[in-house]
Amino acid sequence: MASVFEYAPAPESRSVVDIAPSYGLFIDGEFTDAADGKVFKTVAPATEEVLSEVAEAGEADVDRAVRAARKAFEKWSALPGTERAKYLFRIARIIQERSRELAVLETLDNGKPIRETRDADLPLVAAHFFYYAGWADKLDHAGFGASPRPLGVAGQVIPWNFPLLMLAWKIAPALATGNTVVLKPAETTPLSALFFADICRQAGLPGGVVNIVTGDGRAGAALTAHPDVNKVAFTGSTAVGKQIARTVAGTRKKLTLELGGKGANIVFDDAPIDQAVEGIVNGIFFNQGQVCCAGSRLLVQESIHDELLDSLKRRLTTLRLGDPLDKNTDIGAINSAEQLARITALADQGEAEGADRWSPSCELPSSGYWFAPTLFTNVTQAHTVARDEIFGPVLSVLTFRTPDEAVAKANNTPYGLSAGIWTEKGSRILAVANKLRAGVIWSNTFNKFDPTSPFGGYKESGFGREGGRHGLEAYLDV
Amino acid sequence: MPTTAPAAQDPAQDSARDPETGPAHGLHGLHALADVTASDSTLRRFLHGLPGVDTVGLEARAASLGTRSIKTTAKAYALDLAISMVDLTTLEGADTPGKVRALGAKAVRPDPTDRTAPAAAAVCVYPDMVPTAKAAVAGSAVQVASVATAFPAGRASRAVKLADVQEAVAAGADEVDMVIDRGAFLAGHYLKVYDEITAVREVCGTSARLKVIFETGELSTYDNIRRASWLGMLAGADFIKTSTGKVAVNATPANTLLMLEAVRDFRAQTGVQVGVKPAGGIRTAKDAVKFLVLVNETAGEDWLDNHWFRFGASSLLNDLLMQRQKLATGRYSGPDYVTVD
Repeated sequence: MASVFEYAPAPESRSVVDIAPSYGLFIDGEFTDAADGKVFKTVAPATEEVLSEVAEAGEADVDRAVRAARKAFEKWSALPGTERAKYLFRIARIIQERSRELAVLETLDNGKPIRETRDADLPLVAAHFFYYAGWADKLDHAGFGASPRPLGVAGQVIPWNFPLLMLAWKIAPALATGNTVVLKPAETTPLSALFFADICRQAGLPGGVVNIVTGDGRAGAALTAHPDVNKVAFTGSTAVGKQIARTVAGTRKKLTLELGGKGANIVFDDAPIDQAVEGIVNGIFFNQGQVCCAGSRLLVQESIHDELLDSLKRRLTTLRLGDPLDKNTDIGAINSAEQLARITALADQGEAEGADRWSPSCELPSSGYWFAPTLFTNVTQAHTVARDEIFGPVLSVLTFRTPDEAVAKANNTPYGLSAGIWTEKGSRILAVANKLRAGVIWSNTFNKFDPTSPFGGYKESGFGREGGRHGLEAYLDV
Repeated sequence: MPTTAPAAQDPAQDSARDPETGPAHGLHGLHALADVTASDSTLRRFLHGLPGVDTVGLEARAASLGTRSIKTTAKAYALDLAISMVDLTTLEGADTPGKVRALGAKAVRPDPTDRTAPAAAAVCVYPDMVPTAKAAVAGSAVQVASVATAFPAGRASRAVKLADVQEAVAAGADEVDMVIDRGAFLAGHYLKVYDEITAVREVCGTSARLKVIFETGELSTYDNIRRASWLGMLAGADFIKTSTGKVAVNATPANTLLMLEAVRDFRAQTGVQVGVKPAGGIRTAKDAVKFLVLVNETAGEDWLDNHWFRFGASSLLNDLLMQRQKLATGRYSGPDYVTVD
């Protein structure tokens, strides 16, 4: 699209990050190869370039990591909270100091725009460690009684959509409460977790307190099934979450699951329209829609449907899709070929089922995994695109006539993670929010995160809360 | 949406008034809104029926557009465009003919060392300085803008305000920057404000384009700024302008973004294109480029022209020139390499 004000490329420099050709597993404070020597490649989704080769953990490696964590637990949990806090504050500060490097790394490995890693992911990661560092010596006052005890070894499995942020959500509260951890990052985005391992060493964290085992779903399964793990925390798909719940059932492991969603963004006719449009865009196109709490269903009051859709379409034509390292890019690459295939299939199904598909004209790069921002209109509750989590930049637009109908449609999903309410009427925000079955409800905004605010789901979106005081409970024996 | 709005550029049509329907722009779109200004209550209902503005969301959007990174060729384009959009302003009690002449010379040729630098859009002065300013920019494309209507407070009788405008227009002002009666606006007397703007519009006639200053810092809320924007446009403003530069809060990215949304929506509804002028507080080239990004991604490229977007500023021009020199030579020059006026 030629424009009179064409923004020249403004790429962030790759030279601020030094990616080694290969990485080992981080166990007991040391990087080591997998026992069977297996490795896998991690690629940049924007270019399909191989970034590095990473050790693939097998059962023996997971066992070694859990044993290291168990060994470290005794001393780590016995440290006074003020001492644990010092380590966490140190980690938080190192993350801030290395934030540019980590932002570029995350953008390379994940495909999300540098604008997001720089302005959202990394500040939140540091904030999370700062926040839980503050709790470490105040657990007596967290509402769980005097001297609440940690659980032991936490086995944590995280997704690829916010690799470092999900790591922070898992590791910060676990360490603050005195647990030790074995964390498995997603197969397609292992690098930032390995850089975090380096940060742990830089911070002088005792060996074994944090262990990182890279690998695919088998390593995750081995970790969650390991008999000496006391706590399992998983963020990812509902299908895998159900498997984990089966694995853990009948054991004494404590479990929290943060799974999928099909968030409803409800726009009433008295909404601040221009800001609602921004919120809708942020709700579904932030991180290419690869967000578990994405506002993937737009519920718009019928009386403003046409006006809102016109504004929304006009806004979508200004989205800039392309090189994730360019500071002006709004929409980056889809994380993997597999995910792209899933999004493509679901979007095609939406079209086949008769919903109207629309995308702004935008040129997709020739290499890498890309999907144009897509709108479906004339969608009903019966359409697959209104029911299944797509986990991509695809918005389904439905209408409603009354607040009751909006609530009924918003709740009519097996999920219950997030919802948004747009209206200038405060009383309506409160009334509707009380009836929505979703763990996180935003009013006149969307996809806002803060370490002080608990996050989690209802129904098939999982259970347990991460963040805030509530987030401590998942890692305490209470 | 039309890509241009020829009717709005034809002042002959602006001045014609149909007593039944208000200003006759010869466009069916505006006729559809004619009922709106029939009485104080219809006007109030219309303005209060505009969609609300969420403060947090508006400011977040403005801040996010502020992170655009404008480099190399894009920066060169933006700096030249910004220079061409400057209304070089002096509005001081201490203004003298000498000061105004210096400003005029600067507007015509901002960078004496580089003739490729574009001229500024206009010089902006008090009405009594209009003849001096006209002489100083004679023979160039630089316009002379005059503030009027008891600038900056706007606290005077209608007769005095109109006489003020009359004097500026008679002295040859190409553009008139009027202030609205904020007291009347805040008291809810919207029709009074409307009538005053249309009266000034009539005095401007075919010879001067009218910029309507809301003094957004005094209107205080974003809802008020949106209402004032529509009120000004309904009354026939050629430009809507944030502020006088004389109060604590002047142009901000958020209030300018809001006004850009207003002119965008107004054109979509009526076919009439209206310009936007943020004024006061924009001092650096970096800030100016951020405002151009707001224009580009909100109203669109039709507004990327000094006929439709202006900066009311005094010190901004020198920073734009220094950045322009830096881009051309690769070195920062310094304040001694641009003129002090």
